[in-house]
Amino acid sequence: MRKVIMGNHALSYGAKLARARVISAYPITPQTQVVELLSEMCADKTLDAKFIKVESEHSAMASCIGASAAGARTFTATSAQGLALMHEMLHWASGGRHPVVLGNINRAMAPGWSIWADQNDSLSERDTGWMQFYCSSNQEVLDSVIQAFKVGEALMIPAMVILDAFALSHTYEVVEIPEQDKVDAFLPPFDPEIRLAPSDPHAFGGLTGPEHYFELRYKLQKDMEKAPALIEETGREYEKLFGRHLGLVDEYMCDDAELLFVTSGTAGYTANVAVDLLRDEGVKAGNLRMRVLRPFPFEAVRRIVGKAGKVAVVDRNISYGHHGIFYQEVKSALYGQANRPPLFGYITGLGGRDITHESFKEIAAHALAKDGADEEIVWIGVKR
Amino acid sequence: MKEKRAKKIVYRSESEMPAMVISVGSQTHNLTGAWRNIRPEIDRAKCLKCGICWKFCPEPAIEIVDEWPVIDYDYCKGCGICAEECPAKCIVMAEERK
Repeated sequence: MRKVIMGNHALSYGAKLARARVISAYPITPQTQVVELLSEMCADKTLDAKFIKVESEHSAMASCIGASAAGARTFTATSAQGLALMHEMLHWASGGRHPVVLGNINRAMAPGWSIWADQNDSLSERDTGWMQFYCSSNQEVLDSVIQAFKVGEALMIPAMVILDAFALSHTYEVVEIPEQDKVDAFLPPFDPEIRLAPSDPHAFGGLTGPEHYFELRYKLQKDMEKAPALIEETGREYEKLFGRHLGLVDEYMCDDAELLFVTSGTAGYTANVAVDLLRDEGVKAGNLRMRVLRPFPFEAVRRIVGKAGKVAVVDRNISYGHHGIFYQEVKSALYGQANRPPLFGYITGLGGRDITHESFKEIAAHALAKDGADEEIVWIGVKR
Repeated sequence: MKEKRAKKIVYRSESEMPAMVISVGSQTHNLTGAWRNIRPEIDRAKCLKCGICWKFCPEPAIEIVDEWPVIDYDYCKGCGICAEECPAKCIVMAEERK
């Protein structure tokens, strides 16, 4: 069935089709419609799930962890300050190996108080041990929720499905809503080996001394290292059933690119338009949209970036005192590699300032005019 | 008194361990009673056998044995909640003799 829905509702439909059994969330702009629709679905029984109302995002994630430990497929959604408030519990989810799926709407962190898009909220949680999927369309949001449950439950690692505030969260697009029985065939019920059960009581997450903690972290990393191949395999399996492919990265005209954009989120969609316009002007541009940041797709990035002429990494985020975060990630992936094209780091669109095809043209003009980066951060669109 | 002792579990290799560490016995082999500075003592002459101390003990380090509350000093941290809640005031917190 095709429906015109907003990005937020694409998250809701994803959670519904995945048959989430427990949903716990606290409302925050621009996430509110995600849980509004899910609570309606729970109320009118179109979704057989327990909706837990809580007093904070910290409690939302805490109740998700409890539900997941008990063996329930669990979903929540938040944004910016809400995600930051969850921070402690994000570690409990990943460290405890509870494969919760969280929809995060990328919203700029306050102050100044903002409800508009940038990626610093989710990127501040980069090192919590969660997988991170950055989406560029409403269809991808819905498909990613279902796939995130599949991959997450196989590895017992939680996952964030991330979309830009307003540019996606409140933007209506045509979305193919898969049939429930096909989703059921793709995603069997969550059935963890170890679960919280009165019949077999255990202490979860208890005091863990130096004789064990190190090994737990080793195991989390080793399982995270399995995720790239599993995400690709899951994407292929999904494509067979539903005809849409999603992998670690999305390549657009990368093969012969003299200038390769590295992008994420909705800017990664706009970049494709810019690539077409640049190609019309005779510039061989390409776009590598990174769908997954954690686990980092080392192999794909090295292979695709390595063959480009010049590379322009576009960040809607900043690590203060360092660079744009995707820029530093791509740069570190190339260290020691034989093919290291000139790499430029651009920061643009913070706090919801639009990133348009004109932004990419400005980026292209800058990168094409230079042989190498003479400044680590190139600011696009800042008033100065 | 129910047997609470558990052997300390030490895995020799990560491959033996579950990904989520559960029930490694740290709650039982660490005798947290050593933290105690004041100890609850029950005066059975005044005790009503109501079980309120058993209900309130957060550890839980009180068990009911033959209807009487019995404190497990291996785990009682001496918080004093039992003494506070006891309606008969039959529990006194005495200085720990170390």
